[in-house]
Amino acid sequence: MSERAQPLLAADGTPLKRSIERSLRRQKIEAFLLVAPLLAFVLVTFVAPIADMLFRSVENQIVAQTLPATTDALKEWNPDVSALPDEAVFAALAVDMKAAVKSKTHTRLGSRLNYEKTGVASLFRKSGRRIKKWDLAGDAPFKDKFLDLDKKWGDPQLWQLLKLYSPVYTSGYFLNAVDLKKTPDGVEPRAESEQIYILLFQRTLFMSLAITLMCLLLGYPIAFLLSHLPMRTSNLLMILVLLPFWTSLLVRTSAWKVLLQQEGVINDVLVTIGLLGDSDRLQLINNQTGTIVAMTHILLPFMILPLYSVMRTIPPSYVRAAKSLGANDVTAFAKVYFPQSVPGIGAGSILVFILAIGYYITPELVGGTTGTFISNRIAYHISSSLNWGLAAALGSILLIAVLVLYYAYDRIVGIDNVKLG
Amino acid sequence: MSLPVYATPLQRAWYYGFRVICGLIFFFLIAPILVIIPLSFNAQDFFTFTKEMLNFDPAGYSLKHYEDFFTNSDWQIAVRNSFKIAPAATFLSVAFGTLAAIGLSQPHVPFRRAIMAILISPMIVPLIISAAGMYFFYSRIGLQGQYIGVVLAHAALGIPFVIITVTATLVGFDKSLVRASANLGAGPMTTFFKIQMPLILPGVVSGGLFAFITSFDEVVVVLFVGSASQKTLPWQMFTGLREQISPTILAVATILVVISIALLTTVELLRRRSERLRGVTPS
Repeated sequence: MSERAQPLLAADGTPLKRSIERSLRRQKIEAFLLVAPLLAFVLVTFVAPIADMLFRSVENQIVAQTLPATTDALKEWNPDVSALPDEAVFAALAVDMKAAVKSKTHTRLGSRLNYEKTGVASLFRKSGRRIKKWDLAGDAPFKDKFLDLDKKWGDPQLWQLLKLYSPVYTSGYFLNAVDLKKTPDGVEPRAESEQIYILLFQRTLFMSLAITLMCLLLGYPIAFLLSHLPMRTSNLLMILVLLPFWTSLLVRTSAWKVLLQQEGVINDVLVTIGLLGDSDRLQLINNQTGTIVAMTHILLPFMILPLYSVMRTIPPSYVRAAKSLGANDVTAFAKVYFPQSVPGIGAGSILVFILAIGYYITPELVGGTTGTFISNRIAYHISSSLNWGLAAALGSILLIAVLVLYYAYDRIVGIDNVKLG
Repeated sequence: MSLPVYATPLQRAWYYGFRVICGLIFFFLIAPILVIIPLSFNAQDFFTFTKEMLNFDPAGYSLKHYEDFFTNSDWQIAVRNSFKIAPAATFLSVAFGTLAAIGLSQPHVPFRRAIMAILISPMIVPLIISAAGMYFFYSRIGLQGQYIGVVLAHAALGIPFVIITVTATLVGFDKSLVRASANLGAGPMTTFFKIQMPLILPGVVSGGLFAFITSFDEVVVVLFVGSASQKTLPWQMFTGLREQISPTILAVATILVVISIALLTTVELLRRRSERLRGVTPS
């Protein structure tokens, strides 16, 4: 029998391995306890709201909640067999509507269904006033009474709509957000005049790309210059980049509003030096030009800073080596310098693009009607049209786009490497 | 990048041409901010330079827009609201954020990557989406239109900045100092406040400044989460710009530019101090 090796023991007599494991576990728990309060805080104040928005983009409890008996009865109805549901459904609707009128929820349901079919809101309002006076026990049968009240109740499409939106969850908002609609025969494109969102998404993408490109075009020379000047000079010039970065967004937007107006500084200068007649001043604001110019200015520091931090690390000796091996200036730059600056271009471009795609304030103030983004539409649906489900669906699509880019950014740059100022 | 004596005329032309291009881009960056400063002293209610201003006639200049800012109750209430919300939000972000950054910089943190991603997300998610989500969720739990709701929302937005700056400072932090302090008999609290805190303070302060600026400059979230009684300075500027643009906005903007110059200087000084403390030569 061979003698077993004795396990190493810690000072207190426990095996060393277990002792190390225990202390490691304690370290892990300690670290986690330090992070936990913040994690809980962010989960409640930030992650839960985002989750709520995602939930609202598919949630559709209002039909089943307001008209519980009707949605139940509608399950039996087959539109292929009979054009209109039978008396049982109408009777259920009478009961539901009477309850809904009492709790004043029928108008909310009306405006919800109005997003899908115009005219429903007024139908529900009008019917509510009349149904209030009905006697549920004595006034049967209800089918004729409803048809009497308004002939729209005899429209099979209305009933198909009710049946379609009975489930608690719906893809309706998402379909709406990409210019489609749900019909009893499946998913169909919306009428030409109602198709706005695909165009808006395209415009948001196109303008964000244009802004990113402009930032790159203007940012690259600046970052190049800053990384090649002596430290003292470049630090001084850096202030010119950092000051706009630190200046309030609204200050910069108001500056552009002042500059770009028809009676503004830029037009005045052009008229004074005689490039323009006083009568044909340029329209620089409340269109795409305004948004692109102002946002390029606002996002330019976000391009310069990552570019600069990458260019600083490129050894100047490489370009010198290329030149001593016979490359001319252009070749040395294109073959040696530029490829090494590509990580900076990637980091800066993704950052600027992510920021641009979700911008709200600047397009709202200088974009007019043609220079606005999808975010302006989201804000409109939240505060003006009150179609929260559609706002949530548009927001979810935008969020997914941003998260994909964020993932790419994390892969390329690493989120820990983000530097500020 | 100086011009060698043997440069060809083409190289010479490019050398100066490049500088001119860069000068124009710097002009594009800085001119819009500078141009509003003289305009804010305009004696007329115009947004462009009047003849008197161009001739440096004192009659063309006045302080009336500043006077309006300091006497108009709308603006004063907005300033007060901003100063009520921003410090509270900053305090929350700094307190939670510093603690978490210390936790995150320990060698063994479970799910470090996932936690980091969640904590940084308020900076990445577009503000309009944060604002929409917060509006929906806070109205469910009764925080919409409340002072506390706006503070919580702004604190969440400021946290990524605190995390980033404080973890950056902690990278250069020498862990043996903590052990030395414990070895000499200090409890964890004493060690934290006497040893660790003074060393990471520059990072904490600049993170706090970022959080403060985030809240102070934020308008989208407060538009949705807040109500009229939480109207902040950016909100007042936003409505002013959207509805009737009054020159008072330029006076406010000038004051804010001066404040941002002060903040920029502070952050820069802090960064240098922090690098000096860590033994890195200031860059």
